[in-house]
Amino acid sequence: MRPRGGEGRGGEGRGRAGGALGSAVMALSAGDEALVRALWRKMGSNVGVYTTEALERIVLAFPSTRIYFAPLDLSPGSMQLRAHGKKVAAALSVALGHLDDLPDALSALSDLHTRQLRVDPTSFQLLGHCLLLTLARHYPGDFSPAMHRALHRFLTHVAWALASPCG
Amino acid sequence: MSLTTNERTIILAMWDKIATESEEIGRETLDRLLTVFPQAKTYFPHFDMNSRSAQLRAHGAKVMSAIGDAAKNIDNVSGALARLSEMHAYILRVDPVNFKLLSHCLLVTLATHFPADFTAEAHEAWDKFMSLVSSVLTEKYR
Repeated sequence: MRPRGGEGRGGEGRGRAGGALGSAVMALSAGDEALVRALWRKMGSNVGVYTTEALERIVLAFPSTRIYFAPLDLSPGSMQLRAHGKKVAAALSVALGHLDDLPDALSALSDLHTRQLRVDPTSFQLLGHCLLLTLARHYPGDFSPAMHRALHRFLTHVAWALASPCG
Repeated sequence: MSLTTNERTIILAMWDKIATESEEIGRETLDRLLTVFPQAKTYFPHFDMNSRSAQLRAHGAKVMSAIGDAAKNIDNVSGALARLSEMHAYILRVDPVNFKLLSHCLLVTLATHFPADFTAEAHEAWDKFMSLVSSVLTEKYR
């Protein structure tokens, strides 16, 4: 049985503390997982729309992140950005299905991001920030503080798995 | 770091909307901060953590009032927030990372209250503005 994190308390995370993200990685509680899955079901096949919007926002609000996307066309509405948004959406859906073994499930992506792309770990946090804002504006009625916390924990886990290469 | 004319226009336009419900926005921002980033609770040991508590609402109003002062004095945010800057550096001693967390929670709150206005340009302007406010509040740290 997967250990559950505490609700609303600073419980011990399943993941390693510290590391690239500089803070303890909180485990997702059963409640967190249920909230994230509920929103994912509601988004249906539109996850790619929102991840694309998050990418548009990150390169606008944090222009230094553009270095990771050259030579893609980064203008809003670009086909290349949309295609990349779909890849991010697919990876997040994989992650949601493998919360117990994220590092294994995302190992190829982790290698890509750490060894080839050499993405600074703070950039994952910035993309998480942009994705949370995107989801908040599209689902304002669903975006309670509890949902916000659940999504933040989920994205933090994914970022941790991507920033920590295996082997 | 300074804001362009367009960014200032965006900030002030959004501020006009915020002002009509600033107390609730402040309360929700703090509620999100303490829910999503519980480590921030350390700065509010005297608070009742119920999300509707009067303390959260009162403090949220203070935070929004300061942000409003900065927005209305966007040419001189340093001057407008000088006293608060000293307070955060010498008395409150808030770790600078928390300003980023608060800014994030404010932006999420704005996104849920004003989804149509929270365009990518508005997001960029507010991220930059809050980054300016945060750097002013930490400029006395040494």
